[in-house]
Amino acid sequence: MSETTVIIGAGQAGGDLASALRQLKYEGRIVLIGEEPALPYRRPPLSKAYLSGEMTEQQLYIKPAATYEKQNVEVKTGVRVESIDRSAKTVTLGNGETIGYTKLAFCTGGHARRLPLPGAEKPNVHYVRTIEDIEKLKAQFQPGKRLLIIGGGYIGLEAAAVGIKKELKVTLVEALPRLLARVTGPELSEYYYGVHTAKGVDIKLGAGVEALEGGDTVETVVLADGTRLEADVIIVGIGLIPNTELAEAAGLEVDNGILVDLQCRSTTDPDIFAAGDCANHDHGFLQRRIRLESVPNASEGARVIAATICGKDAEHNGAPWFWSDQYDLKLQMVGINQGYEEVVIRGSMEEHNFSAFYLANGVVIAADTVSRPKDFMMAKKLVAGRVKSDAATLSDESVELKSLLG
Amino acid sequence: MGLVTYVSFDGEKTTVDVANGDSLMQGAIDNGIDGILGDCGGGCACATCHCMVDEAWYAKTGEPDDMEADMLDGVLDPKPTSRLSCQVFMSDELDGIVVHLPESQF
Ligand SMILES: Cc1cc2nc3c(=O)[nH]c(=O)nc-3n(C[C@H](O)[C@H](O)[C@H](O)COP(=O)(O)OP(=O)(O)OC[C@H]3O[C@@H](n4cnc5c(N)ncnc54)[C@H](O)[C@@H]3O)c2cc1C
Ligand code: FES
Repeated sequence: MSETTVIIGAGQAGGDLASALRQLKYEGRIVLIGEEPALPYRRPPLSKAYLSGEMTEQQLYIKPAATYEKQNVEVKTGVRVESIDRSAKTVTLGNGETIGYTKLAFCTGGHARRLPLPGAEKPNVHYVRTIEDIEKLKAQFQPGKRLLIIGGGYIGLEAAAVGIKKELKVTLVEALPRLLARVTGPELSEYYYGVHTAKGVDIKLGAGVEALEGGDTVETVVLADGTRLEADVIIVGIGLIPNTELAEAAGLEVDNGILVDLQCRSTTDPDIFAAGDCANHDHGFLQRRIRLESVPNASEGARVIAATICGKDAEHNGAPWFWSDQYDLKLQMVGINQGYEEVVIRGSMEEHNFSAFYLANGVVIAADTVSRPKDFMMAKKLVAGRVKSDAATLSDESVELKSLLG
Repeated sequence: MGLVTYVSFDGEKTTVDVANGDSLMQGAIDNGIDGILGDCGGGCACATCHCMVDEAWYAKTGEPDDMEADMLDGVLDPKPTSRLSCQVFMSDELDGIVVHLPESQF
């Protein structure tokens, strides 16, 4: 039987997988199926240059349609995969079409966690995950409007920065006692609190949302302590839920993401793979299971799947990294700082030019760099090489980080 | 529109059309050229789009800005004509440009 790889989800991982297969000279049929109407696109600008209007939809596309055609990738957009029959090795689409596969890849991403409160479905309550979400939001994103952001993670903070730029009146509420609590240390949280506050964002920490009040739209957000905040536009950025229902229904093992091994292969079915936000994968570098939400993670997973399908050795083992743009600050982070014992600052927070290194057992396990691309590039190597260092060395600007690499 | 020749690490040449205004990173991705990843989508945040501009063409591409230069400092085996291909944009002047791709983007 001839080979067919069916890819469910035409996002970052799905699009990258299709191309990577062709780059490795895969000769089988490739079918890329996406629920959204758009070709695979880059999501990071959704909360940055696309929201601010500096980027067009076309510019979000990772590749134009012609490239998929040239690579002989069948792209079906605007249609969902509704079910999978693992014994017959077929997928069935929303339009009734059934397609057979020899290899199947889940690149289904995730969806924004909804605010579990009455009123959250009203037309001025927004999420930030798709082009469609931003189109709806943009129409209300007007100068002078009162923007209330629920959630102090990257997406909330990036949206706040764009809100300020577009001259909205921005308030941000976060239920936890600090910003970016899930992903960075208290030093960075405090730093970003200072940055946003100085730009005019009114930040309320430890502020859980209790109710949404109003008529046709939400007009007032009520906090747990009784504070009432009036708003015209509300953005909810409280995390992502991986899209795993389909995998579960197909009987694959799922636990906060589809469980896959170092080759991104399902622990249940060796002909099925998963990558990107929907995959909870073994990680060679971290030596444990993790579900990450980042472009580099989705792209790496896609490349690993392509190599594995083509019979080449590959493992998901790159040190995780991420970036975030807020105002003119370029935050780049590498590693996972969980379990760190010490944080060392190199450079100057006051001058908005510094790096934070996280040490555990004397090993550099992670770093957050702010507008310090050179430090970031070196930190990637320090983290990947599990290099040992100490506070005195890392904070001493006369010591080149390069010299620590040995 | 102009021609760009990408030369892979093992010497394979691929010449493609790239529209004016598009970056050489985008040109590589659009044409399925192996060896340029472009993980950050052109944000000058990842340095997985490193290329070495052919010496004959380097002057025409202009100098990298500080941000790019700092990123380039950390790529594998940087050369004097190294650029991040997402920061080099096609123009009439660059029609015919030749860029060499590194062994690895990590
Ligand atoms: C606003 C925003 C800002 C971000 N900023 C950054 C950043 O600065 N840096 C960074 O590294 N990462 C960033 N990310 C994260 C990054 O975009 C994601 O990690 C990445 O897109 C994940 O890729 P993916 O392929 O797993 O999922 P996606 O890109 O979400 O693609 C999944 C696709 O699958 C489709 N799908 C799901 N189920 C089905 C089905 N049954 N049938 C057909 N299609 C289906 C979905 O509709 C979707 O189009 C950001 C994300 C957002 C939303
Ligand atoms: S694409 Fe990331 S730096 Fe060029």
